[in-house]
Amino acid sequence: MAAQAEEVDRLPPLPAGETPLVRAEGLTVHFPVRGGLWRRVRGYVRAVDNVSFRVRRGTTVGLVGESGSGKTTIGHCLVKLLRPNSGSIRYNGSEIGSLSKRAFFPYRKRIQMIFQDPFNSLNPRMSLAKILAEPLEIHFPRMSVQQRRDRAAELLEMVGLEADHLPRYPHEFSGGQRQRIGIARALAVEPDFIVCDEPVSALDVSVQAGIVNLLQDLQQELGLTYLFIAHDLAVVEHISDEVLVMKDGVIVEQAGSEEIYRNPGHPYTIKLLRAVPSL
Amino acid sequence: MLRYILRELLRRRLGAVCLIILAVLYAATILSQFLAPYLPTDQDLKHSYHPPTRIVLKDWRPHVQVYERVDPSAARYGPVEGKTVPLRFFVSGEKYRFLGLFPTKTHLFGVDEPHRVYLLGSDATGRDVFSRLLYGAQVSLSIGFIGILVTMSLGFIVGSAAGYFGRYVDFAAMRLVEFVIAIPSLYLLIALRGALAEYFDPEQMYLLIVLILSLIGWAGAARIIRGMALSLRERPFVLAAEVMGQSSGRILMRHFLPNLASYLLVAATLSIPVYILAEASLSFLGLGIQEPGTSWGLMLKQAQELKVFTLGLWWLLTPGAAIFVTVITFNMLGDVLRDIVDPRHQMTED
Repeated sequence: MAAQAEEVDRLPPLPAGETPLVRAEGLTVHFPVRGGLWRRVRGYVRAVDNVSFRVRRGTTVGLVGESGSGKTTIGHCLVKLLRPNSGSIRYNGSEIGSLSKRAFFPYRKRIQMIFQDPFNSLNPRMSLAKILAEPLEIHFPRMSVQQRRDRAAELLEMVGLEADHLPRYPHEFSGGQRQRIGIARALAVEPDFIVCDEPVSALDVSVQAGIVNLLQDLQQELGLTYLFIAHDLAVVEHISDEVLVMKDGVIVEQAGSEEIYRNPGHPYTIKLLRAVPSL
Repeated sequence: MLRYILRELLRRRLGAVCLIILAVLYAATILSQFLAPYLPTDQDLKHSYHPPTRIVLKDWRPHVQVYERVDPSAARYGPVEGKTVPLRFFVSGEKYRFLGLFPTKTHLFGVDEPHRVYLLGSDATGRDVFSRLLYGAQVSLSIGFIGILVTMSLGFIVGSAAGYFGRYVDFAAMRLVEFVIAIPSLYLLIALRGALAEYFDPEQMYLLIVLILSLIGWAGAARIIRGMALSLRERPFVLAAEVMGQSSGRILMRHFLPNLASYLLVAATLSIPVYILAEASLSFLGLGIQEPGTSWGLMLKQAQELKVFTLGLWWLLTPGAAIFVTVITFNMLGDVLRDIVDPRHQMTED
């Protein structure tokens, strides 16, 4: 079979009149490769190449692919840690990909991110109270100190920790607990959409299920929408409604979650599925 | 964090010793007006190059040996057998403000006029070396602190901004740093001193020296901080702050500064001696603190006459010893601090 198979898109068309919460079209990110004495641009790495997808409100879209396939780059574009070279990102129908930093600020409250590495995603010099108060100070400047504290305590309880953990520091917690703190921080500003960048791949298998279940519970409770990035199809299968499979900066297949497992359409997807260890 | 460092410091013998020495030095500096029996400008031409006076016990009370000149043509003194004057405590002397607040005349010790007590001898004009050492410490020991305060702030602002913003900011900042570092520092010191001197009164020379030293010193700190900021910038907690919309200034203050604090502390401790030595060299060259002010470097300059060595006037070299002790103590303290905040060490603590 040819290595360069066509993209397989087997997602049903959107119902008429529905605007997806997030829609990316023709998203392209090139990183310049420099070399030589004058550090001239010698070429480009096409980290993300002409990628289009949509995320429907209240659903979870899994984004799978091997490392280096451009998954995280897409995530970084959505939260504006990176500016795409071309293509558009629409949030709730309005273009956000080309907004300036200042104009994007209101969307920072709506779009949040959970990071892969729970040991590095929390500032080791800040107590939980400070970590959780930081987003509140930025987006709810009118809150009093007491209100912030109450909200931080509430957030901790939402993610399964206790309010009296507030004065403690991140190093006193395990990896799974730290990831819960990261989730609480993302939830602080009451976002609609959360980019989960491999939130469980740095954790023990026994802890992974707990975090995935927490994310699912929070989704139901708060009506959240997720883009769930992972390299492990097994985790994605559990949480996603739809799955995008990425390889070398291109989406090779997108389909409903069950569909993709029952009947993978692209040779790369089949390869990925075979790589999932079965018990 | 600070409490942890202090606890670890006191747990190590070398760290505790250094802290105690520095505490004594700085306490003496703060209390110098009270501890010094005379003003640093107090001359007594009849007692030039007087050797340190012996303290003897008589009737269980301390007395000061009286000396007389044995050779009127040279500065040679001999003790007058059996003649002593009592050393008195809490005597009244020159007026000053205790800790800069309360006006008082009380000094810790002294003897009745016209006798004089010279714990560390006297210089060419009969000024008390001990008093001058204490007053000189006010300059020599504070210059390092004020100097690093300015350099570390400048170094942090330039270095962390260069590392965090990258691109053109980084390029401009680093070329500036290289420019400053490329100029031989002693030459730059002298040139700046010459260029800026006309805008300062002689009394403000202290200020000028701090300014000059800081203008030279920030570059090295900025370069190292930039390197650390480059790696901090990629840490997910900084990305998280960006995702939540934190402003760049606050990211630098809240996320960069606390994570660079242990480095800054070590670097600051290790660079205090540089300032002390630079002040000493400047004053030694006659470009630093001017009479009637006093500093250890200036005192050393006055001790460079051949006479000091041929006549063995060792007490005039005590400012050198003071500089030596201070510099070595700060360096050792810096080494101990570096051991404490070493990242490998911290990993085990995590």
